[in-house]
Amino acid sequence: MKRRTAMKSAVAAIALSAIGASAAWAENPTLKIGFVGVTSGPAAAWGISNQRSMETRAAWINETGGYTIGDTTYDIEIVSFDDQKDPKRAIAGMEKMAQEGIHYVVGPNVDDGAAAVRPVAEANGIMYFPYAFPKELYTAPASNAVLGMVANYQSGPAIYKYLRDEKGVKTVAFVAANESDPLSQRDGGIEAANALGLEVVSDNVTYQVDTTDFTPVLTPVMRTMPDLLVLSGVSPANAPQLIRSARELGFQGFISTETAQDAQVLREGAGDLANGFISVGGASTPELASDAMKEFVDRYTKMFGEYNDESNTKVYALEYILETLKANPAGIDDVKAFQATMDAFEAPNPYMKGDAKLRYVGSTSFGQKRQVAVPLVVNVYQDGAFETLFVAEVD
Amino acid sequence: MEQILANGVYLGSQYAMIALGLTLIFALMNVLNFAHGQMYVLGGFVTYTFYGQLGLPFVVALLISCVTLAILGALIEKFLFAPVIKRSARDESTMLLAAGIAFLLDAIILLVFGEKQRGVPKIVNGVFNWDFRLIMPYDRILICVLAILSIVGFIAFMQYSKTGRALRALAQDRVAAQLMGVNVDRYSMIGFALGAMLAGLVGGLLVTITGINLGMGGPTSIKAFMMVMIGGAGVISGAIAGGIILGFLEAIGLAVLSQYGDITYLLIFISLMIFLAIRPQGLMGKPWG
Repeated sequence: MKRRTAMKSAVAAIALSAIGASAAWAENPTLKIGFVGVTSGPAAAWGISNQRSMETRAAWINETGGYTIGDTTYDIEIVSFDDQKDPKRAIAGMEKMAQEGIHYVVGPNVDDGAAAVRPVAEANGIMYFPYAFPKELYTAPASNAVLGMVANYQSGPAIYKYLRDEKGVKTVAFVAANESDPLSQRDGGIEAANALGLEVVSDNVTYQVDTTDFTPVLTPVMRTMPDLLVLSGVSPANAPQLIRSARELGFQGFISTETAQDAQVLREGAGDLANGFISVGGASTPELASDAMKEFVDRYTKMFGEYNDESNTKVYALEYILETLKANPAGIDDVKAFQATMDAFEAPNPYMKGDAKLRYVGSTSFGQKRQVAVPLVVNVYQDGAFETLFVAEVD
Repeated sequence: MEQILANGVYLGSQYAMIALGLTLIFALMNVLNFAHGQMYVLGGFVTYTFYGQLGLPFVVALLISCVTLAILGALIEKFLFAPVIKRSARDESTMLLAAGIAFLLDAIILLVFGEKQRGVPKIVNGVFNWDFRLIMPYDRILICVLAILSIVGFIAFMQYSKTGRALRALAQDRVAAQLMGVNVDRYSMIGFALGAMLAGLVGGLLVTITGINLGMGGPTSIKAFMMVMIGGAGVISGAIAGGIILGFLEAIGLAVLSQYGDITYLLIFISLMIFLAIRPQGLMGKPWG
């Protein structure tokens, strides 16, 4: 009898604690935001920096009481899916988001994945923020994709023009991994270089994405003696090795890329040989970063042990989604309302000093506002850190 | 031409070292170790931690890599492969186990070392430049020499030591070796540990040149399998030959075919398919296994 009473008490205690726990959880309803991207394999750094940026920001929001949209304050939950850089997996990931009733997804990270998920996203009322550059994703009749960063055809011409005008660059060589993203970025770069009157001295050297020794790859490129070597769409894993091989082969000119990089990876992989390397970054350099950006970096570092400079650009997508929903709460379940808000949307950019704004751009490139206005910050690596070379804006 | 030859020797020596461990494990246990690339990556990360992060001398870090991987290999053999081999006669069981270990190691590496590319300070500075006909950084020359010495040392160990002879006997005929008094369980474990140690050694050596990242494991395993297929599965000299041939094919292809785009590996794969259709056992393998 005593045992039965004890068991009843235990069951009652468990039930009560469960009710209590659910009551505590139920303080704020949850707003789920998805992430579909690559978090394993050689390009894992791209997606992991996305996912961790979102998780850091969500934890920060939840810790400070949640995010108020309309009359409701939400806790933010990030639902992640590793697409392994495989378009089929990306589709499966987007379908999972649809099944969970998620309407806002960050990713995928690469061109073919972003193109593959488009039908699923449009059929299921999902707005997604890819880090992929094909214009057809953002040009009508496409409606649900919003470019989450500055495209290479926007940053490349700015970098080449700067180097031509300020540094006297006349010849340029392109090297790219044999994959859709880097190859399309290389082709866009060649077009931009030709338009600026630069002589392209090498444009057909490519490498396997799993290459670990780039000396044989770069040897024929170095024989063309370019003023500028462009590492088209280079992944952070390959950039230091390419820089190191080029410098060891005696290359004295400029090296640049249109992708975001990490200063520590460059320092460890190429050391001083990476000095002068030009890449695209976000708002983390001391002269640009606001207190909110510094706090974000601090929280990210505490949460994951180490910051990734790529997150300087990847902090923005979640912020845009939440701020736009705040501007029009009807968007929570209705992406058409979200889209209608995008044209006139404007909010303060919390991550940059000054009066920078969050707003949607892309009219010039896509004919409609389907791009987040991330600042086009062109960085130069110097002695273990990035310095701002120049800042521009994308229309 | 000088540059192509030098690149071929350098690539060939490192590839041969990668293939050695894989073929040793296959020869001893008939196990296709799909986790070999992940073991290589782990070796690189151990050297990165002790040399790049903690500042220990490179040689010490390299030794720690070798010991760590040898212990890991021994544990994997004793607690995972040995029981599976005893309970299952099907080759797929060990293949699936190896694939599972590869995924497990990938997950552990991500958790412990993170997603970023890692690199260590150069062990030797400077570049050898012969009138721009042959350019080779000194650290690559050193790593190439160390790789060749390691291969020679490994062959000598297998040829002249008691353990090496026992391992060779095991590879030739497991039952006969057992009847001659070789402790099969013990030497299987030693052989697997040696194979894993070789992966750790080459990972530790190459982290100074190529750096290391989470994603290198799978492609490294694929290249190692190619070398073993070229040379002949389970044959030490075949693995060395396969590594050197692949290294030279890559160096020549990248130099000669660069203007046609990235077709070097396409042609290597086509050549490999034709070669295997004609000689499925590889250059030095035996048709009967």
